[in-house]
Amino acid sequence: MSGAPENSWTVKVREKAVEALPPEKLLPDGQPTYVASWIYVFGVASIASLVVIITSGSILALKGPAWWHYTGIGHFFNSIHMWSVELFFFVMVVHLWGKYWMSAWRGGRTRVWITGAITFLVAVPTALTGYVSQQNFDAQWISTQAKDGLNSVGVGAFFNVTNFGQMYSFHVLLLPIAVVVLVSAHVLLVRRHGVVPPIELHARLAIVPGSEAPAPAATAVGADS
Amino acid sequence: MSLLHPKDDTKPWTGRYQPYDLVKEACIAIGVIALLAIVAAVLFSSPDDKPSTVAQWSRQLPVDFVKTAATELDGTSGTATYGPPYNHESGSVQHFLFLHPQRWLGVSHPINTAEDYVIGPLETVPNDPTLQRALDEYTSAPEKTQKAWGEAYAKPLEEDAEAEEEGKPLPKTVTVNATTGTVGVQASGTGPVPTMMTSLLSLARSGGLDGSLLTSRQFFQTDYTKPLLFMADGGLLDKRAEEQHLGGDEWGMMNETGSYPGQAWLWLYALWYQIEPFKNSPNADILVMLIMGVLSVAFICVPFIPGVRDLPRKIPIYKLIWREHYRAIRPRSSA
Repeated sequence: MSGAPENSWTVKVREKAVEALPPEKLLPDGQPTYVASWIYVFGVASIASLVVIITSGSILALKGPAWWHYTGIGHFFNSIHMWSVELFFFVMVVHLWGKYWMSAWRGGRTRVWITGAITFLVAVPTALTGYVSQQNFDAQWISTQAKDGLNSVGVGAFFNVTNFGQMYSFHVLLLPIAVVVLVSAHVLLVRRHGVVPPIELHARLAIVPGSEAPAPAATAVGADS
Repeated sequence: MSLLHPKDDTKPWTGRYQPYDLVKEACIAIGVIALLAIVAAVLFSSPDDKPSTVAQWSRQLPVDFVKTAATELDGTSGTATYGPPYNHESGSVQHFLFLHPQRWLGVSHPINTAEDYVIGPLETVPNDPTLQRALDEYTSAPEKTQKAWGEAYAKPLEEDAEAEEEGKPLPKTVTVNATTGTVGVQASGTGPVPTMMTSLLSLARSGGLDGSLLTSRQFFQTDYTKPLLFMADGGLLDKRAEEQHLGGDEWGMMNETGSYPGQAWLWLYALWYQIEPFKNSPNADILVMLIMGVLSVAFICVPFIPGVRDLPRKIPIYKLIWREHYRAIRPRSSA
């Protein structure tokens, strides 16, 4: 260590961060036995879809917005981008429904639900700005249709769906940053609070002798806070 | 316990753990999703119907183009009468009770349809003294006279459009020269408007109007608001959209050309436009946006809404989700 003074902001931030999310909790190597359903796959599938969206979108952005219209490889990457968006929304909606039926906000996890719900809501305009940035007939039609709803509530004054330049900026930079920040916050909150236990779990455990076996030392810190 | 903080007896898990490889799971998920996206891309590709241009519009639907241009000139088109954020009119201004956000936010993308769509582009046409005289005559005339000329010229075109829409025989007052593509309009009291419209159609057919509308401010331009609204006032976009089943009464913008899924996640937004009272309301857009705004806030606040937050306990889908867990503890309790 460098022997930083006690009032170092850096040290304080580090200590707070490690206290909130020690490495074993951030990257656990074990999880509660109740995490045994296909529904849990849809959370990580949402993140995986986002990775594919960002990767394919980055390739499209690197080559410029017109590239995919006149090259086969560009069209292929556009197709990957579009289908990963479709997959993203599909798995995210299943994930959200799953979490709703689990009442996944229980046990001090309301912020987990809120960040997840806001992520979905921010993902919608992120996709919309992509559709109106396509520079094809879909973009013409969708933008001229979408403008009336946005204008009616005054949003059109500063978010003009018929302005390709503005929509492209929103699509490739501003809204993806918002989605990534929200997803990061969501995942960190999940890691901090752990996966929500089954409903009425504690009541059942109370009548089940021997069901509360001590967790392995390496994974005990991964227990719900 | 309070309204915002319901009774929550969820305790931290103190039971058993099983081995879990988070990084491995994430890598496998990325691989599977990437593979699914690649397979879908190979099998189904993605839609890319070429955009319409003003040139295309003026060649394919010359009467519709001239009719639209005439209404832009006389200030009766959809864009000319729209209101904020394009101008100070009120044709498409919506409100709900005391809420007038469209009016409050004002004109942020000003469009003067006569100047931007007709007079301005025509002024860029070089070496045409007849057109120049017509423009001088039009611009120096009083506003009342300009309007009278525009309306006199637009009337036969509107009658022609109505007859076509209703499937009636087309009036003889509007003709199209099949060879040159020019549009003839028989009407009196139109002043210099026919000369202007003929030149505008010619400019549009050559592709000059596309460039003129886009580069009116500067060379590097990425704002397509003006050409898009001009085209949306006409019939070409609607015609193509109807052919692709993209109309507002067919779930509108959530669809996409071809048989692609489009923005299926907008289904709830599009749903309201299919039912009364929104379907035929002049304030449909603001009503739908407000409803969706309220529903969005409710969605975020699910953990705090009595009834909604309690439903999962009453409809025990959770027993299906955690069936393995409940099954694992049941035999022991009965032993």
